[in-house]
Amino acid sequence: MLGRRTLLLLLPLGLGLLAVIGWPLVQTVWLSFTDAQLGDATGNFVGLANYAHALRSHGFRHALQVTLTFSLSTVIIEMILGLLIGLLLDLPLRGRNILRGLLLIPWALPTVINAMAWRVIYNPDFGALNALLTQTGIIGAYRSWLGEPGVALTAIAAADIWKTFPFVALITLAGLQNVPRELKEAALIDGANAWGRFRAVILPAIITPLTIAAVLRIIDTIKVFDIIWIMTRGGPANATKSLSIMVYEQAFSFGNAGYGAAIALLSVAISVVLIGGYMRVSRAQPATA
Amino acid sequence: MTPLGRALGYLAMILVGIVVVTPLLWLVIMSVSSTRDLTSLPLHWIPQRLDFSRYHRLLSLATNSDGQIFLFALRNTLEVAAGAVVVSFLLAMPAAWLISRREGKLDRLLLLVVATYMLPPLLFVVPLYRILSGFSMLNSPWGLMIADSTIVLPFTTWLLKGGIDSIPAELEQAAAIDGANLWRIWIMITLPLARPIISTTILFGVLIVWDEFLYAMIFTSDQSAQTLTVVIADLANGRVSDYGLLATAGILAALPPVIIGIFLQRALVAGLTTGGVKG
Amino acid sequence: MSRTAWLACTCLVGLAVAGAQHARANTVLHGLFMAQAGYSEADVRKMTDAYTKLHPDVTVDLEFVPYESLHDKIVLSKGSSHGYDVVLFDVIWPAEFAKKHILMDVTSRVSPAINDGLEPGSWTTVTYQDKRYGLPWLVDSKFLFYNKAIMAKAGITEVPTTWPDVIKDAKIIKDKGILQYPLVWSWSQAEAMICDYTVLMSAYNGSFLTADGAPAFQTGGGLDALNFMVATMKDGTTNPHSTEYLEEDVRRVFSAGQAAFALNWSYMWSLAQYNAKESKVTGQVGVEVSPGVPGRSKISSVNGAMGLGIPTSSTNADAAWDYITYLTSQPVEDAYTADAIPSWKASFQDPKLMDGDEGPMARAMEQAEGQLFPRPFVPNYQQFSAALQQNIQQALLGKVTPKAALQAAADSINGD
Repeated sequence: MLGRRTLLLLLPLGLGLLAVIGWPLVQTVWLSFTDAQLGDATGNFVGLANYAHALRSHGFRHALQVTLTFSLSTVIIEMILGLLIGLLLDLPLRGRNILRGLLLIPWALPTVINAMAWRVIYNPDFGALNALLTQTGIIGAYRSWLGEPGVALTAIAAADIWKTFPFVALITLAGLQNVPRELKEAALIDGANAWGRFRAVILPAIITPLTIAAVLRIIDTIKVFDIIWIMTRGGPANATKSLSIMVYEQAFSFGNAGYGAAIALLSVAISVVLIGGYMRVSRAQPATA
Repeated sequence: MTPLGRALGYLAMILVGIVVVTPLLWLVIMSVSSTRDLTSLPLHWIPQRLDFSRYHRLLSLATNSDGQIFLFALRNTLEVAAGAVVVSFLLAMPAAWLISRREGKLDRLLLLVVATYMLPPLLFVVPLYRILSGFSMLNSPWGLMIADSTIVLPFTTWLLKGGIDSIPAELEQAAAIDGANLWRIWIMITLPLARPIISTTILFGVLIVWDEFLYAMIFTSDQSAQTLTVVIADLANGRVSDYGLLATAGILAALPPVIIGIFLQRALVAGLTTGGVKG
Repeated sequence: MSRTAWLACTCLVGLAVAGAQHARANTVLHGLFMAQAGYSEADVRKMTDAYTKLHPDVTVDLEFVPYESLHDKIVLSKGSSHGYDVVLFDVIWPAEFAKKHILMDVTSRVSPAINDGLEPGSWTTVTYQDKRYGLPWLVDSKFLFYNKAIMAKAGITEVPTTWPDVIKDAKIIKDKGILQYPLVWSWSQAEAMICDYTVLMSAYNGSFLTADGAPAFQTGGGLDALNFMVATMKDGTTNPHSTEYLEEDVRRVFSAGQAAFALNWSYMWSLAQYNAKESKVTGQVGVEVSPGVPGRSKISSVNGAMGLGIPTSSTNADAAWDYITYLTSQPVEDAYTADAIPSWKASFQDPKLMDGDEGPMARAMEQAEGQLFPRPFVPNYQQFSAALQQNIQQALLGKVTPKAALQAAADSINGD
């Protein structure tokens, strides 16, 4: 009796997941072992050839490097900035509610709109960034932000950080607000051993939300597609071609659906490894959540 | 706090405020500046004359105008969001309740559901395209709704489970002793008490759909199904050369999610932090 | 054929089609077009409205996408139930689309009147291995646009007729401090850059492929062309932001008076010269066919034409063909010369075109039309182009030498 009810309650979710996630996933895994072309129903089974080809190819290694650089740099900076600003917003200062409200705007802004806005700001001839930096004398001449390989990925990362550090700040703040005020004040007044207090009072309150935020951000940045697609489409000279952009190019522009599927699955493996590593590190903390 | 610490705190707050506000403010200025001001060298920061014509242009329904494309996309986005959220809620609610009430025994199942978030949308694009094509659901809000559910569903399950955790099971048990069946218990007790988390879940789902781009780009093709993100990407990729119009479209398309975000800020953040995954 | 006779013909054809499809009252055609360059979205809609007025039993659903999405949309739609009936395709895709059976072979549908009436050069756009996969619609090349006011200010009286002269004039403009960067191009990592490269390759009389289909661009004229591009980056005559520009950016920079010379498609002419809302340089614009290089060529060009074809998945091929013949007909093309110069021989005899507002553009087009330089007809063109794009950018950005860049591109193409 109980068993049947359990089954019945799980059925809608189970069927839904199978239909929209499970079945397509099985198909993609199968595709990755074939040389299927886009538009043709089937391909020939080629075993692990797609994976081997990817791991050997210079293009894949480059895309992997771009993805990891983007992911690690944005996540680390977002976490640090977000944590600091979360702590700042928890101080009894006037106007913090206004700032908290403002922080929500970048976070709620759709990614595509954020990317479009920053592309316009970075425009080398008519963009606001060049105008601002030259008029304040910080740079001497207008320069190209998205057209230089060394700068383009940083420029995209900056746009992503601007949008996302508020998310980490707000999550930190929410965690801090669960700590009783007296405890925090005691921690503040007794400034002698600030780090110790931080570890004893603050960290336990925020480690769980911060872990969730970090995991979500790692996943999002390994998948990064929209912001690069809108801002550079992987250029200049492939400097911003992430794994997702490579998957799109292979599967849709070149029509190599099987190879594209293999690269997409490899990127999932990378997410798993990174998150596993992060969990290990964060569990090693003395604080428990 | 020491006066120095206080001063430093205010300074930091002002700095953060400037960093957050400046790009937004510039977007607003662009939307009301003339094209000539925006392509001047040196750049005109303050428009010589306020020009609201772009707002007018995007909010008019004249046939085949930019406004029609934009407003139809707004309608499609709302439809897709509503559909994906409702479907996800109906599918996830029973399971989320069960997982919560089993207190840990089904956490692995939840983890599996949440882990699907790790899978990039690109992984599903080719098979989903074939499936939607088979059901003649390409270029239809319904098809996109199904595709977007792949992203909304895991989040919905996770948030709902976390919310139901905070409703005491004793209340439900009391009703069960009085002879109420599960359906009645939900209607009378669980759902009313879960209202805050349900509204958070719904609005969070709307935010996800509003943000979604890849599926919309590939599965839709014209005004009958295209969503706002696709329209804005098309505008940015050469459909218009007027930065001001881009800015205007961006502002108008961002207003609903931003309003939702501000309206919901506490609930959203709380929902994320108390969510069901235990470290 | 006179206009009235032609209209009568269309009506008859229309009636015939209507009669043939009597049983199915309403035919719905799905058309995929491009929202950039060439015929504007508004004008394609106007043409289509005129067509559906003549054919009340036909409705046409139009979709407009950026050029960057056009190819992928066409390929994706293959084998789907929601296919298109009419698609706009680029000159570089027929080989791939023929191989993948994406477009119908329409050779037998082309009437002698159409066959003889169009400029012979335009047919290369839709032909692969002697089969025709549509009708050419936008015959185009990239042209040299120049700003007369800036040239006058620099004391330059003659329009340069060779690429070395263009650079010489650009240096004068730069040295006199009139503009920091006199030249602007579309050299972002995209097909636009390959088009610019093709123009220069044709100027240096190079070729993409050897007779047996192996890469040949890494030597001779192909290498000279890239050397030329890199040299203009180094000497500061080319706007360094060109490496992130597409055609619309080129138009914006040129129209703002920030460039003395620009290479772009013909659509820029009327927008820059006549449209004061879009341009600060109205009345100052000149256009010529792209110049050559002494001893190598007189003029240069790139075949940037497009065609209208019918996907194999269409179930309304007859109606689609009728619609295509209407859009590509001379009266329709002659009515929209501000968007694109017609592809019909007779149009170039028409004083209304040649002496009107579009005259300078039409004269430049007439010169280019005879010898539009093609990009390679290879089925894996997308990979071919991607390899060139990324390696050429490496050279433009000074990461590698032009020779090494093109060699790397050739190696990666051979490797596939």
